[in-house]
Amino acid sequence: MTAPYVPNTEASRKLMLQEIGVNSIEELLQDIPDRFRNVNFNLPPPLSELDLKRELGKLANLDANLDEYACFLGAGGYRHFIPSVVGHVINRSEFYTAYTPYQAEISQGTLQAIYEYQSLVCQLTGMEVSNAGMYDGSTAAAEAAVMACLIKQRDRVAVLDTVNPTYREVIDTYVKGRNFSIETIDHNSDNSPSDIACLIVQQPNFLGYIENMEKYAQKAHDFGALLVSIVDPISLGILTPPGDYGADIAVAEGQPLGIPIGFGGTYLGLFTCRKEYLRQMPGRIVGKTTDVNGRPGYVMTMVTREQHIRRERATSNICTSEALLALAATVYLASLGKKGIRQIAELCYHKAHYAAKEISKLKGYSILSKQPFFKEFVIRCPIAPKQINAALFGEGIIGGLDISPQMENCILLCVTEMNTKQEIDRLVAILGALQGG
Amino acid sequence: MNHYLLPDISEPGKTGCSLPALDVAPAESLPKELLREEFELPEVSEVEIVRYFTALSSLNYGVDSGFYPLGSCTMKYNPKWHEDVAGLPGFALVHPLQPVESVQGALQLMFELQDYLSEINGMDSTSLVPMAGAQGEFACLLMVKAFHQDRGDKNRNKIVIPDSSHGTNPASAVMCGFEVVTVPSDKEGNIDFNMLEAVMNEEVAALTLTMPNTLGLFDPQITEISQLVHERGALLGADGANLNALLGNVKYGDLGYDYVQLNLHKTFSTPHGGGGPGAGPVCVKTHLTDFLPSPLVTKDNGEYVFISPANSTGKLCDFYGNFGVMVKAYAYLRFLGAEGLKEVSNNAVLNANYIKEKLKKYYHLPYDRKCMHEVVFSGKSQMAKGVHTLDIAKRLMDFGFHPPTVYFPLNVQEAIMIEPTETESKETLDAYIQAMIDIAREAEENPEILHTSPHNTPVRRLDSVKAARQPELNWSMYMSSKKRETGTKETEL
Repeated sequence: MTAPYVPNTEASRKLMLQEIGVNSIEELLQDIPDRFRNVNFNLPPPLSELDLKRELGKLANLDANLDEYACFLGAGGYRHFIPSVVGHVINRSEFYTAYTPYQAEISQGTLQAIYEYQSLVCQLTGMEVSNAGMYDGSTAAAEAAVMACLIKQRDRVAVLDTVNPTYREVIDTYVKGRNFSIETIDHNSDNSPSDIACLIVQQPNFLGYIENMEKYAQKAHDFGALLVSIVDPISLGILTPPGDYGADIAVAEGQPLGIPIGFGGTYLGLFTCRKEYLRQMPGRIVGKTTDVNGRPGYVMTMVTREQHIRRERATSNICTSEALLALAATVYLASLGKKGIRQIAELCYHKAHYAAKEISKLKGYSILSKQPFFKEFVIRCPIAPKQINAALFGEGIIGGLDISPQMENCILLCVTEMNTKQEIDRLVAILGALQGG
Repeated sequence: MNHYLLPDISEPGKTGCSLPALDVAPAESLPKELLREEFELPEVSEVEIVRYFTALSSLNYGVDSGFYPLGSCTMKYNPKWHEDVAGLPGFALVHPLQPVESVQGALQLMFELQDYLSEINGMDSTSLVPMAGAQGEFACLLMVKAFHQDRGDKNRNKIVIPDSSHGTNPASAVMCGFEVVTVPSDKEGNIDFNMLEAVMNEEVAALTLTMPNTLGLFDPQITEISQLVHERGALLGADGANLNALLGNVKYGDLGYDYVQLNLHKTFSTPHGGGGPGAGPVCVKTHLTDFLPSPLVTKDNGEYVFISPANSTGKLCDFYGNFGVMVKAYAYLRFLGAEGLKEVSNNAVLNANYIKEKLKKYYHLPYDRKCMHEVVFSGKSQMAKGVHTLDIAKRLMDFGFHPPTVYFPLNVQEAIMIEPTETESKETLDAYIQAMIDIAREAEENPEILHTSPHNTPVRRLDSVKAARQPELNWSMYMSSKKRETGTKETEL
């Protein structure tokens, strides 16, 4: 079945072997001890494109997809509107079949697009510099923690307990790799260690609520530590950006910016910082320069931070990252513009508050916090969330995240511009019918 | 060349999309101190966005544009229908935290892919989580660290790598708190066994040995190496960047490796995306299974579920890795089957050896023996005329080819690393070979044309020193201060 992708015919293979001066391909493999070669591989037999499209179609149909189900689930992956133009641009094969732009002269498309990306991300976050993107929001946060330790020459990081618990786990993996340590800080307490390299806070936090970031910036800086802020990029359509409240490093999950929810990946980590920390930044960075004729052009720059130049002294091991998703975010932000991103944020905000208000009127239900929130919030239910989500699923709705292990009978709900009033009303009606007893 | 940027075509009132009106009663506004002030993003119409990015795409060179023999990167053709299946709503429009019973298709695909990758590599289990090769390396070395610590062997703080290794190898080792010990290659291009023997002490946690190595050579000492490493209590790990040489023929597990990290975007044909997304699954033998990054997919009473290994080295990303990439790799494997995989590696090896034989009269070949899927030349014969490998690479662009990897591996002076892959025809290889021969002649007769190359590209050689010394990393200064010059707007390409 290889013929479509292996163009050499038997005849040309024969000619090539002759030119090489051997009789068979086996002769080319003489350095591999015989006993390791031609071993048995227990794999399913090959199938044609048509057969496989049918088979994969069947597999895909086993999944409940969000074209068919209304969705009130967020918690790190979000369903937002993606203008068609995004997909059409990133499906241009000049973009997606290229590799990292090592050869700048024939990679100006990728390089200029990354320069636009870095610019748009700086505008959105109010931060001074952005890299070309990381794997996802959680690894961006983890690399930020490590970067802070290297900048501050301290071996301890603090994470607020309202940060996404999975992010805390990923930060833990990266920080402990370097033999640094991590501490979780109770948001209700004023006690925290002072010898930390950074304080990591999420805005809005994992439960959707808006934190007082000025307070945390002050606290971090009082300790001589950096403030690492994890933000929702869509929220920045209306909320104060990290650059305005003193964040030293700001990271985000970039998936809401034009990337399909895709069962958790491929995603994109936004990574920005203050200019003074530029040379400690992980990942690729693109800069503007000129060619020998003085014409403007773009190159990968600050490469002495990187593994392919600096090896064991590199700031990170990033090689292949998520360039195509950074392109998607670029097209998305260009398409929405400043009005669009604000409008999306407002739609999320108002619809989420409408849903919360309607749910709070239901007997037995309450909205948990008095803090302001953006597009996610916690509801306490009269019966077990598991039962509620099962009932919702039966009605074609993916319910919120069951957080009852940590908070009794609670669900973290997410409402975006994708949820129509009709959907919200249906959600409320079904919840209303589930009163327990 | 596309000189203008988005702000140059931005104008108040333009927009690239339409959004629905608010269909609920508006809520009370947030307190003013939480709200951001006016900010700037470009305002551009949809048609301008499409033309702008289409113009940018035309400045790029991808595998679909032509031959892309970037050594170590396995730039093979990316089958089109893979894009279609990865975009099916049941894969692309599924929330990662949906109840498992509503994502059984996605989980079945992951479960089977784990199995296939274990089988292909002769390993016992696989985690698909790492999001790129470098993160896979990081995951492997975290497992190495945990494995030794779990056995109470706490002094193993060194990772041994050959001098030909990828830059990610030492960088990943440092991320796991290890020190790096480098071992030179011998005059055959293999690892210097005596030197290896000398450094393999009780402080060494693992040897990371790319196989075939980055010179494109299979190290015939592999059995002795594996025996030595294990006798000394260390583990043997593969950077699987070069699996395309062995696919369907040889299993890393049989060679004595304890673990391997793969690159689905190299070996398994998923597109490189201009620098990602990739995926870097890790496959291990039984003694490392408990340490794999979380989660794995398993089958329990007929239902697919996620589990976390007993002593997992932890989470590496928010969810399960780059699922979209997994779908494409799965499609590729099922299409090829075992025999197809072997044809892939056989043809990759044939193509590389063909280039080697045809070009060795013209370029210095530091290790003249049968190569595997890639061949490394040196540009040092051309240096007599003041021509460097960089000039040769740049000149290739004028001939319509993507240059090979250059100045890597580091143990070859003026290295030119060519990896043709199996997806190229003899005709393409012949055209490339002819271009390389023509360039070798030019280096003799007219070196200036190489020094000033490329001549036919959208831009000429760019000033990297200036870019690094006076970093200009975004236009956002313009948006806030409105100071950016607007005189550079050019619409022709």
